[in-house]
Amino acid sequence: MNIDKKITDDLVANDISFVTTVPCKQLAGVIDEIDAREDIFHIPSNKEDEGMGLCAGAWMGGKRPAIIMQNTAIGVTINTLATLIQYYRMPLPMLISYRGELREPVACQVEMAVHTKALLAQMNIPTYHFHHQADVEELDAILKYTFMCNKPVAILTDANFWGGYGDQ
Amino acid sequence: MIRSEILKEIAPILRDQLVVCNIGIPSQELHAIDDQPTNFYMLGTMGLASSIGLGLALSQPKAVIVIDGDGSILTNLGTLPTIANNVADNYILLIVDNGSYGSTGDQPTYAGKKTSLAAVAQACGCENVVECQAEDTGAALQAALDSGQMTIIVSKCESGNAKMPVITMDPVVIRDRFMKAVQAS
Repeated sequence: MNIDKKITDDLVANDISFVTTVPCKQLAGVIDEIDAREDIFHIPSNKEDEGMGLCAGAWMGGKRPAIIMQNTAIGVTINTLATLIQYYRMPLPMLISYRGELREPVACQVEMAVHTKALLAQMNIPTYHFHHQADVEELDAILKYTFMCNKPVAILTDANFWGGYGDQ
Repeated sequence: MIRSEILKEIAPILRDQLVVCNIGIPSQELHAIDDQPTNFYMLGTMGLASSIGLGLALSQPKAVIVIDGDGSILTNLGTLPTIANNVADNYILLIVDNGSYGSTGDQPTYAGKKTSLAAVAQACGCENVVECQAEDTGAALQAALDSGQMTIIVSKCESGNAKMPVITMDPVVIRDRFMKAVQAS
């Protein structure tokens, strides 16, 4: 199974046509795939809170958005999640590279990894953790759930899910 | 001229357009001067008006006017390269540049000192950047609408705020009526 293609297919099947990204090495393949798809307008952002602003505007303009980013971005976007996405009740699937988990080679990444789920729980953000490749089968249902409830939803994807980082 | 005087003057131009308005006193002033369902008021999230407006402009055909401030642009300076590289000709960014953080007590911003936001926007790759005096804002805004080209307007004005009530409308109501206005033909 090509995970990058499967994820992008699920986005398109759920009518997601506006995707903003802040890169991560683990996400490079899916970002390339999204960039190549005609059904998706890909707009890279310079910071994740800026990206959430773009997504909020796109949704109000009638497009279904998504953001792709690292878990370090949770530290950047707490205010935006609370006062924009949640306060105005907007849907936002967040496909997140979960750095600092098993098979992580960079020690500093662990420092945000240990806070990631606690912060998401504190924000009452529905959170799913993809650890094995087969977990991607739930993505379609998670996307439907996100646009059903109009909430930000986190999909954490760790190094094991992506087939290792730095040891492959 | 201060921001609220500019808003009063351009209210007839704004009335028929989709407007995304910056957090704090700018939204309170616009709300008090001419509340419209086509106005999206930011109640929080400093800095993101220009990004929300760009996402909106890229996703539907109607013109979008963002009323932003120099302080908010400085907060989210990364917005200017994104705007420059994703041209939406239905997008107008009006930066009311009064050289101060008006909503928090008029503390000076760097835009009121050595930093030129018009020059920054140009350096970021924005192609139509207009700097004008406060009195000429209406003419610059109308010209930008008529041009059908993405335009950044930096309107240099005096620091100061009008005394307006806080917006008590529920955010979901603001958002819902705005989305209905976006969809209306």
